[in-house]
Amino acid sequence: MSIAAPLPTVRPGQAAQEQPTKIDVRDLHFYYGVKRALESIDIKIQSNLVTAFIGPSGCGKSTFLRTLNRMNDIIPLTRVEGTVEIDGKNIYAPGVDVVQLRRHVGMVFQKSNPFPKSIYENVAYGLRINNLARSKAELADRVEESLRAAAIWEEVKDRLHESALSLSGGQQQRLCIARALAIRPEVLLMDEPASALDPIATQRIEELIYDLKKNYTIVIVTHNMQQAARVSDYTAFFWLGRLIEFGRTEKIFTAPAEKLTEDYVTGRCG
Amino acid sequence: MTGHPLSPDSPDTGARRRHLLDRGFELLALGVLLLALSALAALLYDILSSGLGRLNWQFMTDMASRRASTAGIYHALAGSIVVIALTGALALPIGVAAAIYLEEYGGRSRLARLIEINISNLAAVPSIIYGLLGLGLFVRALGMDRSVMAGASTLALLALPVVILSTREALRTVPGTIREGSYALGATKWQTVWYQVLPMAAPGILTGLILALSRAIGETAPLITIGALTYVPFAPDGIWSAFTVLPIQIFNWVSRPQAEFQDNAAAGIIVLLGLLLLMNAMAIFLRDRYQRRMRA
Amino acid sequence: MSNSPRTGSNRLHEWAIERVLLLCATLSVFTTAGIIIVLAVETFWFLTEVSIVEFLTGTEWTPLFANRRFGVLPLVAGTVLVSTIAMAVALPMGLLSAIYLSEYAPAQLRRVVKPILEILAGVPTVVYGYFALMFVTPLLQQFIPGLAGFNALSPGIVMGIMILPLVSSLSEDAMRAVPGGLREGAYALGATRMQTSLTVVVPAAFSGITAACILAVSRAIGETMIVAIAAGQQPRLTANPLVPIETMTAYIVQVSLGDTPQGTIEYRTIFAVGMLLFLMTFTLNLASTWLRDRFREEYA
Repeated sequence: MSIAAPLPTVRPGQAAQEQPTKIDVRDLHFYYGVKRALESIDIKIQSNLVTAFIGPSGCGKSTFLRTLNRMNDIIPLTRVEGTVEIDGKNIYAPGVDVVQLRRHVGMVFQKSNPFPKSIYENVAYGLRINNLARSKAELADRVEESLRAAAIWEEVKDRLHESALSLSGGQQQRLCIARALAIRPEVLLMDEPASALDPIATQRIEELIYDLKKNYTIVIVTHNMQQAARVSDYTAFFWLGRLIEFGRTEKIFTAPAEKLTEDYVTGRCG
Repeated sequence: MTGHPLSPDSPDTGARRRHLLDRGFELLALGVLLLALSALAALLYDILSSGLGRLNWQFMTDMASRRASTAGIYHALAGSIVVIALTGALALPIGVAAAIYLEEYGGRSRLARLIEINISNLAAVPSIIYGLLGLGLFVRALGMDRSVMAGASTLALLALPVVILSTREALRTVPGTIREGSYALGATKWQTVWYQVLPMAAPGILTGLILALSRAIGETAPLITIGALTYVPFAPDGIWSAFTVLPIQIFNWVSRPQAEFQDNAAAGIIVLLGLLLLMNAMAIFLRDRYQRRMRA
Repeated sequence: MSNSPRTGSNRLHEWAIERVLLLCATLSVFTTAGIIIVLAVETFWFLTEVSIVEFLTGTEWTPLFANRRFGVLPLVAGTVLVSTIAMAVALPMGLLSAIYLSEYAPAQLRRVVKPILEILAGVPTVVYGYFALMFVTPLLQQFIPGLAGFNALSPGIVMGIMILPLVSSLSEDAMRAVPGGLREGAYALGATRMQTSLTVVVPAAFSGITAACILAVSRAIGETMIVAIAAGQQPRLTANPLVPIETMTAYIVQVSLGDTPQGTIEYRTIFAVGMLLFLMTFTLNLASTWLRDRFREEYA
C-alpha cells in the first residue's frame, strides 16, 4: 500500500478494551504556525498499561506526546484542533488550568534535565511548589517514597544533599523519574527516556517502567522497536503526522494489519 | 601560459613589491596599536609619579580643606561608596525585573519591542543629559534637593540599561530544558523563574551589576549637574544629606592652579582607579566561579 | 481531575506579578519621556524670552554677563571642533587597529591586546581630563609655542584615544561579520592581506564601520569632563584648535557649579543647550542603528 492511498476504514485508534480509557483523543490536528504536524489523530489510551509510540524521526510522535500535557503551549505559534479528554474532561477546553493539568500528567524528557540543586531538592521541588507536603517530615517521607519508586533510593540515600549533577547519566534519568513521580501524577509521559543511556542503564529503566504500570498509566515514545516490543502492552505507529496503526504490541510486531507498519517494523523502510 | 608559476621569467605581477607594502602596512597598523597602548602607559606613569608621593593614611582619613596639605579624600570616598551602594540597591531590583519581563514574559509583542528600542537608545544618551533629567525631576519636581538620594536615583537611571542588558544575557544562559522540567512538574511561570532560572543566572546578574556600578563610580557630569557640591567637607550622614564623590573632588582639585592641589588630584585618581580595579577584579572572580560551576 | 491545594488565587498572584514586572520594564519608556519632557518644558520657557532664531544663529554666547547674548553657535563650534579632532585621531587609529586585530594578529596577541583596549575605554573621563591638562598640553606646548593652557587640541587628542576602543571593537565586529568566502576569493587570486583588507573586507563592512564611526561621534559630542577640565570656558566661534573654547557640555557644567536659582533665564539656558545636545546625539544614534541594521541584513 502506498502512502498516497486512502486511509483504511477501520479507525486505527480502536483496540480491544482491557482497562478503562484514561486518555481519549478525537480528531486531533496540530500546527506549528502554518505547517501541519499531526493530522486526524484518534486514539484511546488505557489506564495502567504501557502504550508505546513508534515511528521514524519527524513523524510527530514526540509532538503528539507533548500535546497530552500541553507542553507545546510554551512554543509560540502552535495550534491544536480537536479534543484530548483525560478522565472524560477535554484538556483543551477554554479555562482549563494548564498548571493543574501538569500535576496530573507528568513528563520525563529524552535528555535528563536535573536541576542544578541537590538530589533531595530536585525531588522536593514539585512537592514544594504544589504545596503537597504539610510538614518537613512529610516532605522527607514523600522524597524517600519517590526515590524508592524510581529504584534509586539505595544508591543515593547517603548523599541526598549532594548535587544531582554528580550522578551518572542513568542515575540522573532515574532521578528525573523520581522527581516526576513525587507529585503522584496519574499519567506518566516518557519521551525516549533511555535513548541517551548505556544498555545496562536502559535495562534498569525498562524494568522500572514495567513495575510502575501497576500504579500509573504510561505512554512512552521510542525509536527503538525492540524496546517497544519488550516494554509495552499497546503500540501506536505514526508516519508523517498520521496514526497508521494501533493495537496490542504482539500483534503490531508479528501480524500488523497495514503494510506500511509491516515495512517499518521489519526494517524495510523508515 | 608561459612557463612554470615559480620560474623567474613568469609575468611580473609586482608580487615582491606587494609583499613589501603588506609588511609595511602590518607594521604601521601594529605601530598604531602600540601607540594607543603607550598612551595608557603614559597616563598611568604620569599619575603614579605625581600622586604616589601624596598618598598616605592621613590623605585617606582627612576631609576636604582649603589648604592642599591638609586636604584628604575621606569625605569624597565615603560619599562615593554610599552613593554607589544606593545606586545598586535601586538599579538591581528594577533592572532584573525589567529583564525578566522582556526575556520570560514579553516575547515578541509590540510593547516588548518598543521597550527594547528605548533601552538601546538610552544606553547611548550622554550622561550629562541624565544629569539634567535628575535636576528637573528628582531635585526640583520631587523635591529631593541635592541629596544622596537624588544622585543615586540619577545614576540608577543611567545604569539601568546596562543592568537590563547584562541580566538578559545571564537569563539566556539558563538552558531551556531546565524551564521545561519545571513546567512539566506543574510549576507556574513565576515559580519557574524564581526557583530555577534566577538562582542559576544570579552570578551573571551580579557580575553585570558590578560592571555597571564600576562605570557609575567614575561618573562626574551628572552628579555635578544635579548639584553635588564640589566643596562638601563632610561625609554624608544619611540618604537625604548633601554629598560629594571622588571624581568631583578630583575635578575640584584639578581646577585649582596650585601645584599641590594637582598632586592631590593625582593621589585621588590613584584611589579611584584602585577602587575600580577592585570592583572589576570582583566581577571577573565571580564570572570565573560561575563558569566553573556550570561546567561541574 | 481531583482538587489540588492550590486554587484560583494562584492565577491572580501570577497576573499581579506579571504587571509589576511590566511596570519595571516600562520604566525605560518613562525615562525617555522624562528626558524629553524636562528638556522641552524648560526649553519652551527659555524660548518665550529668547527667539529661536537668535538662539540657533547668533554668534555670541554671553548669558551670564551683563550684556546678554544667546547665540549658541560658539558652543556648537567648540563641540564640533573638539569632536573633529577626536575623530581625526580615533578613526584612522581605530580602523587600523581593527584591521590589524581582525586580519593579522595571532590569537594570543589578540587575547592580550583586547582587554587592554577595554581598559582604555573604562578609564573615568575625569582622569582623562587630568591627563589632557597636566601631561598632553605641556607636552604639546613644547612643539607648538602658541598653544594656550586651555585649548581644543589637547582634549581632542585625548578624547580620540578614549573613543578609539569603541571605533576599533565595533569596526572589528563589522569586519568579522564579512563572510570568509570573500576573503578567500581574494587570497586565491594572489592578493596580499593588506590588499584584501583594504579592497575587499573594509568596503564590504563599510556600512557597519560607518555605523561605528557615527556612534563614536555621538559619544565625542556628549563627552563632558575632558573638555570641562582642559578646553576652557571661553565660548568662541573659531576653528583654531590652539585657543581656549567652550563646548556645550562644559557650559552646562559651568552653570551647575555655580548657584543658579531655578526659574531664571540662566537656569533655563542649560536645558536649552541640553535639548540641542540631546537632539544631535539622538539623531546620530538613530542613523547609526539604522545603518547597523541594514548592514546586518546584508550579512545575516
